[in-house]
Amino acid sequence: MKLLYFAWLKTKIGKAEETLDLPAGVATAGALVDYLKTRGPGFAEALKDRRALRVAVNRRSVGWDFAVKPSDEIALFPPVTGG
Amino acid sequence: MIRVQIGDFDVGREIEALTKGKTSIGGVVSFIGNVRGGGDGVKSMTLEHYPGMTEQELAAIEQEANKRWKLEASLIIHRYGKLLPGERIVLVVTASAHRADAFAANEFLVDYLKTKAPFWKLEETAQGERWVEAQTSDDNAAKRWVKS
Repeated sequence: MKLLYFAWLKTKIGKAEETLDLPAGVATAGALVDYLKTRGPGFAEALKDRRALRVAVNRRSVGWDFAVKPSDEIALFPPVTGG
Repeated sequence: MIRVQIGDFDVGREIEALTKGKTSIGGVVSFIGNVRGGGDGVKSMTLEHYPGMTEQELAAIEQEANKRWKLEASLIIHRYGKLLPGERIVLVVTASAHRADAFAANEFLVDYLKTKAPFWKLEETAQGERWVEAQTSDDNAAKRWVKS
């Protein structure tokens, strides 16, 4: 799957995007974030509070219980501040 | 119509192009959002966005506005990249036969794009950079339009 990070998530994680093999047993967007948190201090810091995060799957905003699959593009970002 | 671009826009020309020849239009409302300088010490601002999703979200809210109100034409232009205080960020134009639809739809579009379109503002100040945090007041403004 393709992962995208925006705004301060990108800074804390240290990259804007990456490709990841979906780990076995990770079925939802929330479970994916829990898995990503274990990948290093940058991830742990950026993803520590899920309430400060939003997720989009294939460019659509979804909730944490949304099902994810290997072909998905998943974006993690803070609440938006445009306009 | 939706446009996401780095460059500035000419408000007069955009309105002229949008409404030209459409004689059913009786009123045009425009909203222009600028980079605020003022007392915050903001030297510049960089807007990041999520290409692909941004256009999709803006198109979806424009479609929703057209469902709720009778519009003859509409336009959303949102800039990204580095902007200076006083520069234009966003233009929302709505046109309708009677002004009530254009006014309401315009406010709806602005409120919705602030809470749904994937843009993030990074402010550059003398003390360094800081990501702008989402405002509860913006969320509340958007919630006014949620149908019960």
